[in-house]
Amino acid sequence: MSATGDAARPVLEARGIVKRFGHVEALRGADFAVHRGEVVALIGDNGAGKSTLIKVLSGAQPQDEGEILVDGRPERFGSPLDARRAGVETVYQDLAVADDLSVAANLYLGREIKRTGLPGMIGLLDKRAMRRGAAEALEQLGVRIPRVTAPIAMLSGGQRQSVAVARAVVWATSVVVLDEPTAALGVVQTQRVLEVIDRARAAGRSVVLVSHNMPQVLEIADRVEVMRLGRRTARFRAADATTDDLVAAMTGALVTEPEDTAPA
Amino acid sequence: MTGVESPPAGLRVRCRRWLREHVSYAVSEFTAATALVVLFIALSLASPHFLTADNLFNIGSQTAVIAIIAVAQTMVIITKGIDLSVGAVAALAGVVGALVVRDLGFSVWEAAAVAIAVGAAAGLVNGLLVAGAGLPPFIATLGMMSAGRGLVFIVTGAVGVYSLPESFQLLGNGEIAGIPFAVVITAVVALAASCLLSQSRFGQYVYAMGSNLEAARRAGIAVRRNLTAVYVLAGALVGLGGMVAASRVNSGQPNYGIGLELDAIAAAVIGGASLFGGQGRIAGTLIGAFLIALVRNGSVLLGISIHYQQVIVGLIIWAAVYFDQFRRRRLEARG
Repeated sequence: MSATGDAARPVLEARGIVKRFGHVEALRGADFAVHRGEVVALIGDNGAGKSTLIKVLSGAQPQDEGEILVDGRPERFGSPLDARRAGVETVYQDLAVADDLSVAANLYLGREIKRTGLPGMIGLLDKRAMRRGAAEALEQLGVRIPRVTAPIAMLSGGQRQSVAVARAVVWATSVVVLDEPTAALGVVQTQRVLEVIDRARAAGRSVVLVSHNMPQVLEIADRVEVMRLGRRTARFRAADATTDDLVAAMTGALVTEPEDTAPA
Repeated sequence: MTGVESPPAGLRVRCRRWLREHVSYAVSEFTAATALVVLFIALSLASPHFLTADNLFNIGSQTAVIAIIAVAQTMVIITKGIDLSVGAVAALAGVVGALVVRDLGFSVWEAAAVAIAVGAAAGLVNGLLVAGAGLPPFIATLGMMSAGRGLVFIVTGAVGVYSLPESFQLLGNGEIAGIPFAVVITAVVALAASCLLSQSRFGQYVYAMGSNLEAARRAGIAVRRNLTAVYVLAGALVGLGGMVAASRVNSGQPNYGIGLELDAIAAAVIGGASLFGGQGRIAGTLIGAFLIALVRNGSVLLGISIHYQQVIVGLIIWAAVYFDQFRRRRLEARG
């Protein structure tokens, strides 16, 4: 992968995305951009189109109009697999981990390491390599779990969330999309997940974060993009913004984006 | 806010956690194995005929059929499915295997291959209905149970298939160095299945699909193809089991295997397979199959009526499933 690109060019960009469900227009020309090594929070009131945009960016629901660019190249995300091939990994709210499988098996689910030679050809797994790889990856991301051989069912909610996020970070070559990653967690557990996001950024990944928690957004994100009524209506640098600004933007009292990008 | 996570876990809590993590399987396997040993000793004391070479040979080949079919059942159960058609499909494979020997002059090996193919074909239909058409496994295989049994009566005209050559008995009654051939087959099947489930990528997918189908799908696993493959593989094993069973009695019996699905399910669940999916091991299933075979054999030796046998097996199934649910609830109430 060509890790180095034009610094000004977003690693993942959505332009003029339109998505309709029957007569309902969930996205009406939505724009979005995230740069390399940047954590961007995507916020908005309920029904603003955040979740729909996330699904478009992760390939779960292809858009009706508009384009997605990865490193400036137009890409068609027809399925989650397309998005993954382009280096975009998504963690949904419901996590989607296999409870009965070990932490290591979950990290490598769908991307198992096979043994070399004949044993590999008949499909035998190199479990030791996966255990080692999982332990290293979790260590790097600062995820503390008892053992990588423990089934996910044995972990606490925060640990499970951290493992799910870690899996996405490990495999994402460019962008990790997180839908409400801390919604169901306590304070300390939330802090752990935020640490993982921090380390992912330090490792050069870009993170798109959907959240309702304004103080958290301002703490972890570099930038904030605000959606309202299916479009991006405001952008802030997190360092310059206040919770009041964000709320104002979410309710429509504050608009930083030019109105003329809106379709008639 | 005093939102501090739970304080450092005490020793007792940590011990409990460790136990739950490591002995979830071991508990059910250990319980079943203990019951097995107790029953074995009890039967040795209760009946002079139990510990005879003939009877042990008999138990061995009797266990073999249940075990082979229970291995198939275990794979399906791990995917959160169930296969009610194993008895009917085993009977179908058995009679077809007998027919091709009698009427077409096939060798016993060729007949075994045909029986396996018949089982695999039935499994393919099950798999397509479950993974493709999205029918609940219970319904899909219930249909196959009825259709398969119907086909058995159609191809045999509801009459047993007899006048088979001596060689037909090889799989069921033959022996290698004093060990029943059927036991050798079972050992090979069990070893291969165990290795497949625990060491291969396919096995990993079997557990993943049973544990969280949506997670498996999102991880890029071709769940339809893999789920269908599980049913095909299970069907093939059931076909083999049916052939061994037919070979034991040197005939193709249209009524063979009625109620066999319950034995197979019981063996799997007793051995630790969870009807909620995602859990199960071949080693446990073998213990379960052996236990069921012992109950059956012991009842015969002690002159307990077949009706009581069924009651006993029913009780064992209840106990095993209750234990499974209990274990799950404990797991979910983690902390």
